[in-house]
Amino acid sequence: MSQTATAISAQPRALTHLQRLEAEGIHIMREVVAQAEKPVMLYSVGKDSAVMLHLARKAFYPSPPPFPLLHVDTTWKFKAMYEMRDRMARESGMELLVYQNPEAKARGINPFDHGGLHTDMWKTEGLKQALDKYGFDAAFGGARRDEEKSRAKERIFSFRSANHRWDPKNQRPELWNLYNARKSKGESIRVFPISNWTELDIWQYIHLENIPIVPLYFAAKRPTVERDGMLLMVDDERFRLRDGEVPEQRSIRFRTLGCYPLTGAVESTAGTLPEVIQEMLLTTTSERQGRAIDHDQAASMEKKKQEGYF
Amino acid sequence: MRDSSYQTEALIAQDIDAYLLQHQHKSLLRFITCGSVDDGKSTLIGRLLYDSKMIFEDQLAALEADSKRVGTQGQNIDFALLVDGLAAEREQGITIDVAYRFFATEKRKFIVADTPGHEQYTRNMVTGASTADLAVILIDARKGVLTQTRRHSYLAHLIGIKNLVLAVNKMDLIAYDQEKYDSIVADYRKFAASIGIENFTPMPISGFMGDNITSHSANMAWYAGPTLMAHLETVELDVSADQLKPFRMPVQWVNRPNLDFRGFSGLIASGVVRPGDAVRVLASGKTSAITRIVTQAGDLPEAVAGQSVTLCFADEIDCSRGDVITEADAPVQVADQFEATVVWMGEEALLPGRPYWLKLGTQTVTATLQAPKYQVNVNTLEHMAAKTLELNAIGVVTLATDRPIAFEPYAQNHALGGFIVIDKITNATIAAGMLHFALRRAQNVHWQALDITREMHATLKNQKAAVLWFTGLSGAGKSTIANLVEKKLARMNRHTFLLDGDNIRHGLNKDLGFTDADRVENIRRVGEVAKLMADAGLIVITAFISPFRAERSMVREMMAPGEFFEVHIDTPLIEAETRDVKGLYKKARAGNLKNFTGIDSPYEPPAAPEIHIDTTRMSAEQAAAQIVEALLGEGI
Repeated sequence: MSQTATAISAQPRALTHLQRLEAEGIHIMREVVAQAEKPVMLYSVGKDSAVMLHLARKAFYPSPPPFPLLHVDTTWKFKAMYEMRDRMARESGMELLVYQNPEAKARGINPFDHGGLHTDMWKTEGLKQALDKYGFDAAFGGARRDEEKSRAKERIFSFRSANHRWDPKNQRPELWNLYNARKSKGESIRVFPISNWTELDIWQYIHLENIPIVPLYFAAKRPTVERDGMLLMVDDERFRLRDGEVPEQRSIRFRTLGCYPLTGAVESTAGTLPEVIQEMLLTTTSERQGRAIDHDQAASMEKKKQEGYF
Repeated sequence: MRDSSYQTEALIAQDIDAYLLQHQHKSLLRFITCGSVDDGKSTLIGRLLYDSKMIFEDQLAALEADSKRVGTQGQNIDFALLVDGLAAEREQGITIDVAYRFFATEKRKFIVADTPGHEQYTRNMVTGASTADLAVILIDARKGVLTQTRRHSYLAHLIGIKNLVLAVNKMDLIAYDQEKYDSIVADYRKFAASIGIENFTPMPISGFMGDNITSHSANMAWYAGPTLMAHLETVELDVSADQLKPFRMPVQWVNRPNLDFRGFSGLIASGVVRPGDAVRVLASGKTSAITRIVTQAGDLPEAVAGQSVTLCFADEIDCSRGDVITEADAPVQVADQFEATVVWMGEEALLPGRPYWLKLGTQTVTATLQAPKYQVNVNTLEHMAAKTLELNAIGVVTLATDRPIAFEPYAQNHALGGFIVIDKITNATIAAGMLHFALRRAQNVHWQALDITREMHATLKNQKAAVLWFTGLSGAGKSTIANLVEKKLARMNRHTFLLDGDNIRHGLNKDLGFTDADRVENIRRVGEVAKLMADAGLIVITAFISPFRAERSMVREMMAPGEFFEVHIDTPLIEAETRDVKGLYKKARAGNLKNFTGIDSPYEPPAAPEIHIDTTRMSAEQAAAQIVEALLGEGI
């Protein structure tokens, strides 16, 4: 061994920032599995979820990741997302749990008639119900600190009270890579293994590791309408056209994926990952701009998080 | 910098593949900014983000609107608003928590921890510093070196950050005066030397005006050093140095998908590992050799510090979470008593003797801290006598763990010398610490193996050993009921012994008073005595108020499983006070008796006692009968 040390001292191997981020993400996932009783991975089918799932498969190889995937479904995702979801569950050998809030279903809550209530009931309430139903005590989420200001201050291990509330003033200090996963009865943890990744890191990692992502991230001709300054894709027959609206084929892609009637597309011709990355780097609007949820007020995400939104 | 960002943009536009290749090979620098309130930290970070083009147009529009609405810079852009995330802070105008920001230049990717300068939030600065390669200490040029500057520099140094930048900010407000700058730097140099900081890089800047941030300031031609950004881009990283140290990997998780595969997963803390290397597993000391370094992308020929891997051994030796895999010939130390520096982060002060969880690497053990040897006054750096450590206090303590742990001094290896302390009741992280060395007495005291086992002692007496731990308010009836229980057991030919609170305080514990710390020590000693008696095969009955849950659970953990019976003699305060057999409540109410449980010292009732006695619903005789019946049900 001393010989090894000498040989290496000649040229230490500098890890790149992506190698360090990958090692950190894997470390975090293993800490959760070693300490939590019933972990789950929240899988939203987007690019961040794709990276998180990829890290999980690496972390526990040759075992399959020792926890299920949970998709809190709104029934309004893009068709291509459902296809990708089912494919990834098959390929990873993990159990896929799909949860739809029965009350939202019974009341026919939809993005056309119910505005903010749609997100609130399907996503926020649906998530809480699903976690309660299965009794998960730790849930992996794909949030990144570069996405939004209140997320920049959230810990990697983020505790939720029994009623799923986040208390930003009462967070545990996180030192070195020591994560305190001890929780009181009724509390649960949201864990963010890719907290320190940026949007560019995500794209570059997907590129380098050849990670499958939903084709909607790449430009193609798709039926669209322009509404309230957003380009919306007419993904199925449930899309309610207003008077005078006629779907038009445009070359578009999505920077972020959610419920299709709420997700704005950008006009683009980027058909490959390098082209997508190129477009992202040269663009001048930030990522979440395409999602309606953040727009109301500057502090809206913080408020939503306190109420239990992931 | 603006120029180079335009070059980057051109590269992105013309040859994205070349750009990606360049970005892929960037290194990562993590740094913290620290300073006092109003030193301009958030403004500086906002400026770095702005100048490295990390602000998108929509954010800029929102920023301009916010600046006019709540900004503190008149009609100018208030960069601090970019960074101050939480709504409450935005209203108060101060940063109150650790926030992480990301930006990249052509040479490096950066993660910056924005850490608070406000005094009561020192713990957040230590948190941010624990993962940082470099610290930027901000000084307001108008104010010079302040108490907070000293505190933050001391903390950065304590956490082991080798790269320090002294950024003298707001130079625009002192008319870019070189003389004032020089005198601030000289002041700081004196202080830095006094605490052992060998090197620091001073620079005059203005975050608000952008002087010496990304380009040399025309206002300070007298300054010949690097700009802040140039320094951040080129300063040498010490992450590679970890690879030169001996191999160490704390085991996080054992990977066992089937009977044919057994791998040990972890993040390599230091050194390099290759198949064929001889390794030793601590604490057991067993040796084996590495056969494979397993990853999903195929086996690796070698792995280095900073990588997360899974290792396979040639032999089936015991190894599980909490163990440390090391070079066979250069193992780490194993000990159970240490000296450490501790930064207290809990609202509740350190209680010497109280059992806490201690997490170091992947090991979680029970640990007790003694009263500090001294506390460090971070303003004067004097060592002060202290009985405890309050929130934000820093002190040197000795600590003992309930079993030996593998460690290295923090100065040699942060991953195996840094630890956190967790409150067993609230589960909060209440302190961070750095191990200095193992105490010699821990290395020289060994357990003597005895031939007559504790089981044999009990068998000779035809009984099972047990500890009946009575707890309840003063005057609840503990001693009375305990006495009746012992008489009943004696009649059944059981060998018993009753340890009574008042009696013990006349002898073994007569040096102890009634402060929280003394109460903890009182219970610890009684617990140890009860344990010895249980080892001798006796049924031990104790009657102590024992007001704190943490200490009762400490005693519970000392005993063998199934041997400890917590008996809650539950008498409401008003009832106990009405009885007041010893007249103590009256004295306490009159203020003549301090720290009296139930009056000015808390009683924490058991959450799930083995036996619960409600004295308002039964006589002492009935209570004793119920307790004995419960014991017989357990085969005692």
